[in-house]
Amino acid sequence: MYGKGLRTLSISTAVAMAVSLGLVFFYVPLEAEQGFLQKIFYVHVPLAIVALCGFVLGGLLAIQHLRTRDPRWDMRSYVVIHMSLIFALGTLITGSIWAKGSWGHWWVWSEPTLVSFLIIFLLYATYQPLRFAIEDPERQSRYASVFAITAGAFVPLNYIAVSLSTAYLHPRVLGSTSNLPASMAFTLLVSLVAIALLFATLCKYELTAKHTRAQLRALRRLADPRSAAVEGIDAPARTRSAAPSLHHAGAVQARTAGRSAL
Amino acid sequence: MLATALGEIPALPLHTAGKYVAGAYVVLFALVLIYVAIMAVRLSRIERDLGELLSLSERAPEQPSATGEQDPQRESTLA
Repeated sequence: MYGKGLRTLSISTAVAMAVSLGLVFFYVPLEAEQGFLQKIFYVHVPLAIVALCGFVLGGLLAIQHLRTRDPRWDMRSYVVIHMSLIFALGTLITGSIWAKGSWGHWWVWSEPTLVSFLIIFLLYATYQPLRFAIEDPERQSRYASVFAITAGAFVPLNYIAVSLSTAYLHPRVLGSTSNLPASMAFTLLVSLVAIALLFATLCKYELTAKHTRAQLRALRRLADPRSAAVEGIDAPARTRSAAPSLHHAGAVQARTAGRSAL
Repeated sequence: MLATALGEIPALPLHTAGKYVAGAYVVLFALVLIYVAIMAVRLSRIERDLGELLSLSERAPEQPSATGEQDPQRESTLA
């Protein structure tokens, strides 16, 4: 189910990434003030935008989970937040590299943009431990969804608060993109599309892998209930995990698949 | 046309910023590479589980005859 269109998406991502790199290194002119260092902008900014949008998307998917109580929405929310956290880590690292080259410091604590992004990163870094701390899968998914919604609402609020701040060194990108030369704006747009596609592809890979694993567990339970009970695979004796349980959905599908195969 | 396009491509300027730019792009590729490696491990685990399931399904029809148990319904049909 989740693997559908994965090949097309992967090829599109590879092509978009190649085009983006080609534009960054062979098309877009050097920026007057920062020179070659400004090339970091085309990886750092899209990573930040995609990570923040991913956090908000995680919240929206969590709303859908609370509305429907379908564990698949919880799984989607979990995967999107998980991937956004990795992209946010990439943003922090590439940003620090740029800061070192531009300002001579890896980190500036008085800079609101940097500190606010770090706060968001640390906030979402507690998501996995929160899930892991709750053993009951039903309660785990519910509490995680509430967390995802609250934290997801915090992201745009945080962005607005930083935008209202006057004392910042960090260059503004959103809202001032119209000031960029056409070639730079175009390259940034292509880079953004490439990173967004990479995000979508990795999320799809993750979802497909988790779904396949859940189906395998359900099949194993059907094939050999005694060994499944002994090994503690999924419910009823589910081992503690931060990842959502697709037990119900997986079991139903596996049973249907098993019947049709028989 | 290709030669014209290549002729217009500017040379990459190599100065002090090069190492920082290389570092930033290496970080992105390292993250993707680590993810691909993790996916490869997961795929091998799924493959192993599938193999186990296959052997389970192959063993299943053999079990009744191996233990000497007989299906009562089959017995009655034969009788």
